[in-house]
Amino acid sequence: MLVPLKWLKEYVKIDVPVHELAYHLTMTGTKVEGITKQGEGISNVVVGRICDIHPHPNADKLVVCIVDVGDRKLQIVTGASNVKEGQLVPVALDGATLPGGYRITVTSLRGVESYGMLCSGEELGLTEEDYPGAEVDGILILQEEYPLGMDIKEALGLDDEVLEFEITSNRPDCLSVIGIAREAAVALSSTFNPPRIEVKRGVGDVNVEARVVVEAPDLCPRYCARVVKDVKIAPSPRWMQRRLAAAGVRPINNIVDITNYVMLEMGHPMHAFDLDKVAGRTIVVRRARDGEKLVTLDDKERLLTSDMLVIADVEKAIGLAGVMGGANTEITDETRNILLESALFDRGCIRKTAKALGIRSEASLRFEKGLDIHNAMAALDRAAQLIQQLGVGTVVEGVIDVCHGSLEKRVLEIPYKRVNDLLGINLSADEMADILRKLEFKVDVKGEYMEIEVPSFRQDIEGVADIAEEVARIYGYNNIPMTLMEGTISRGKKTRKQKLIDKVKDVLVGTGLYEVVTYSFTSPRVYESIGITDPQLIPKTVKILNPLGEDQSIMRTTLIPSLLEVLSHNYNRGIERCQIFEIGTAFLPKSLPLEDLPEEKPLLTIAEYGPDVDYYDLKGKVEVLLEELGLLDEAEFVPHVHPTFHPGRTALLKLEGKEIGILGEIHPKVAQNYQIEERVLVAELQLDILLSLAKEERKYRPLPKYPAVERDLAVVVKKEVLAAQVESCIKELGGQLLEKVKLFDVYEGAQIPQGYKSLAYSLSYRAADRTLTDEEVNSLHDSIVKGLEQKLGARLR
Amino acid sequence: MKAELEQIRREAEQVLASVSNLQDLTNFRVEYLGKKGKLTQILRGMGSLPPEERPKIGQLANEIRAYIEGEIEKKKKVLEEEALNQRLKAETIDVTMPGRRHHRGKLHPLSIVLNEIKDIFLGMGFEIAEGPEVEWDYYNFEALNIPKNHPARDTQDTFYITENILLRTHTSPTQIRVMERQKPPIKIIVPGRVYRSDAVDATHSPIFHQVEGLVIDKNITMGDLRGVLDVFAKELFGPQTRTRFRPHHFPFTEPSAEMDVSCTTCGGEGCRVCSYTGWIEILGAGMVHPKVLKYGGIDPEQYSGFAFGMGLDRITNLKYGIDDIRLLFENDIRFLEQF
Repeated sequence: MLVPLKWLKEYVKIDVPVHELAYHLTMTGTKVEGITKQGEGISNVVVGRICDIHPHPNADKLVVCIVDVGDRKLQIVTGASNVKEGQLVPVALDGATLPGGYRITVTSLRGVESYGMLCSGEELGLTEEDYPGAEVDGILILQEEYPLGMDIKEALGLDDEVLEFEITSNRPDCLSVIGIAREAAVALSSTFNPPRIEVKRGVGDVNVEARVVVEAPDLCPRYCARVVKDVKIAPSPRWMQRRLAAAGVRPINNIVDITNYVMLEMGHPMHAFDLDKVAGRTIVVRRARDGEKLVTLDDKERLLTSDMLVIADVEKAIGLAGVMGGANTEITDETRNILLESALFDRGCIRKTAKALGIRSEASLRFEKGLDIHNAMAALDRAAQLIQQLGVGTVVEGVIDVCHGSLEKRVLEIPYKRVNDLLGINLSADEMADILRKLEFKVDVKGEYMEIEVPSFRQDIEGVADIAEEVARIYGYNNIPMTLMEGTISRGKKTRKQKLIDKVKDVLVGTGLYEVVTYSFTSPRVYESIGITDPQLIPKTVKILNPLGEDQSIMRTTLIPSLLEVLSHNYNRGIERCQIFEIGTAFLPKSLPLEDLPEEKPLLTIAEYGPDVDYYDLKGKVEVLLEELGLLDEAEFVPHVHPTFHPGRTALLKLEGKEIGILGEIHPKVAQNYQIEERVLVAELQLDILLSLAKEERKYRPLPKYPAVERDLAVVVKKEVLAAQVESCIKELGGQLLEKVKLFDVYEGAQIPQGYKSLAYSLSYRAADRTLTDEEVNSLHDSIVKGLEQKLGARLR
Repeated sequence: MKAELEQIRREAEQVLASVSNLQDLTNFRVEYLGKKGKLTQILRGMGSLPPEERPKIGQLANEIRAYIEGEIEKKKKVLEEEALNQRLKAETIDVTMPGRRHHRGKLHPLSIVLNEIKDIFLGMGFEIAEGPEVEWDYYNFEALNIPKNHPARDTQDTFYITENILLRTHTSPTQIRVMERQKPPIKIIVPGRVYRSDAVDATHSPIFHQVEGLVIDKNITMGDLRGVLDVFAKELFGPQTRTRFRPHHFPFTEPSAEMDVSCTTCGGEGCRVCSYTGWIEILGAGMVHPKVLKYGGIDPEQYSGFAFGMGLDRITNLKYGIDDIRLLFENDIRFLEQF
């Protein structure tokens, strides 16, 4: 909402600087977003008359003008083609400044001295709203007489300051100059002087001129109309145009401008129909028919549905109620008789209609927030008053008022103690009543209660909390003493899961991984990018009805593509090493179409590339994590094939028989899809299962008292035999005395037959209660060797 | 013979003085004191001495041996010290060369700041609650006093999944979920991811993060809200931080406020960061609307409460001076390693 300061000052006494006004309004709830000074940056630009134009001796496209700026005549060169002798134009003198920091000085243009510059509207920072002709290609031609040499800002009325307000949806009354003035008066403890609305006695009888039938009273609680005859359509006076322009509304003609002026001033949208085009001179307020069409004022044909409200005549729709008028009854230069509408429409209906048709008009934005039923009539009278004052036409005597809504006052009974209790202050009932009265509430203090009559423009006030806000914002939010909840002391703590997630992050960061945060929606095509082409394998997804784009239209079921994108981003910027993880949510629909909320499954995904990054590096990180969660001993890594991964370098992680996730090297084709020409390693684990299995308890084991006996063991096995098989076999055979098994060498090549590999382990034997003898160890070691021979066909190397 | 022995002592003294390394010292010992050494050689001639002289000469010889051994030990210490010093000198390294770094990762800045925020509220007795990101319209809007076709829905452009299921536009739906399952006193914060269909630019992201707060009990006042948030701001931005409340409107709180903190860059003097106002808006807050309490199954006549919500991404950017929200989601390692 834009409000020119001068307009505001008409209704409230303001004798503080504008930024102080803005501060007080902001701190009482009417937030000022910005203050613009009109004509800012313009200096030394004056009104001049072009006395003489002659061709430039050296340039076809330039002309040389002699311009009278009052006290002297200047020679000025211009390239504009719209200048004529006798015109008044803005002249930037030597040393003048223009918006954007431009500075004008005497220069020579193709050998002819130019002692200034003739300005276009654009160069002065003006739009068509500010002054007609400001957007034409050429010099701004002034349309009225001004004294020569007059400062252009004064001539064009560019000396105002415009406040921009952020008005919240509960205060449609403040979408008006009067509403803001009312707030300003309270904020500044100043006086509020709203305009006195008086309509002089008109001619004839409105009921003879027109008729209003409201067929949908549920959607139109009140419809007020007046008729104006013998209208002379012309531009509205400059002062009105200037105010509309400053408030961001384009001036059109006197009638339309008056309706807009009243809307800005009083906050109630109005509409004017060309009455001679209203068939039967009858306004019918009814629901549209399904499939009914209406061309609106913006020349667009709208297809209507039966839940929309239209203004019609006896034959056709002539306007979209509360949203936009129809082109068929638009005010034109030929219009002679008009019907002025000031009505109240159902806010929900207006909002639905505006949304369905994609129209956000100044009218619909106000109606959908809920307007004052009394103000409808006041606004209509104000418009009639302005028509009379400006002599635009003859107002017909009388008002048509079809009212189905309640005009009754709303009265609340509020115990004032509750207001104090909610705010944590201690005002007396009278102090509260004083504040409320300033805001035009009528208050009777009756013992513990305040009987409060709510002003009709405050639809938002419903109960004690609303009254508390009114009291608090005027009392001053920052005058409420700060306290820290009395009473029960509570203990803040994290849940087991929250603590474990912190731990997981901590461990992963310790292994060298950076945490990343990526979007949780993605493209349906990511499955193809990660090598999943079999439609059977593509998971069901949660789809967004109105995504920002196809690329962000489904909720992810895996974090792998997001993390590959991060790797790709970094790889393409020449970053040598990128090792990352994310804990994020996968969204898994229980059924499609979605009838219930999807399952939100937390995933832990790790991705990395870089020197020395390979499967075993990744597995090592996963092992560290498992160890910290007390799960390493049970962990099984089972070779696995998955289209996203390298078929020979991928494993499933299992714990207690449950699949926890997958880890491995990304398939080179997938890596290529992400433009990464290096080995890429990825693990994706189901965090919820991992955390539910985690064992946080730790027990001390006594340090050994007896020495360990170390033995190495190198066996040759077929290549397909897995290290895990060999190791579990050794452990099984070694029993309790075998303390540790560590693979320290893997070898294939010379001396090892084709298709075989050598695995070398160091074994550590120890008993808790004695020093093991060589004999004991030897016999155990031998039995391990034999066992490996029998079970895995291993032979000693 | 006595003279010979004295001669050896003098000679030994001289030679020893010129010994300059441990190897020469070993050789010296052998040369003088070894089995075939000079002293032994002389003592071999003891047999030819008259018996009465033998003890004297023997004593002298032992004295000289002891003396030389003593000198050798002294010399050895000196030489060992020298040798060690030389080794240490040779081992001198350039201590300014880069260290071998253990490669450690880092938490995302959003996590770092969230951890700080969590710690502050945990310290004030709050617990941490969570709620779903794909949410019912009922929890996201209806139960928060934002009925269908309410203009307040405009400020939160919503991604819909179905007519009744959406991506939550704020963390506030968790307020209702917690009220439904827990009786007062309630004292929680709710960090989480939220969605709004905003086009991406330096200050907007369709996905961002909020931290919600909710306190419900008997006799909770707006003064408590101010007190708690003032403590929070001072903990997060430093003890010099000032806070102020401005009236605002949210459908789910009444009275409602926005809270500003004194500019973290200029301290309130006015600068580019705070648009020369001295203040920066960091959160919205208010007393829980009676209708919202009712939706949560809590009697507004008995209980009152406050709620607040802040943008984690915005606060993170403010704390670190990050000028573009997109950096948070781009995850450039050169960005992540700065925190």
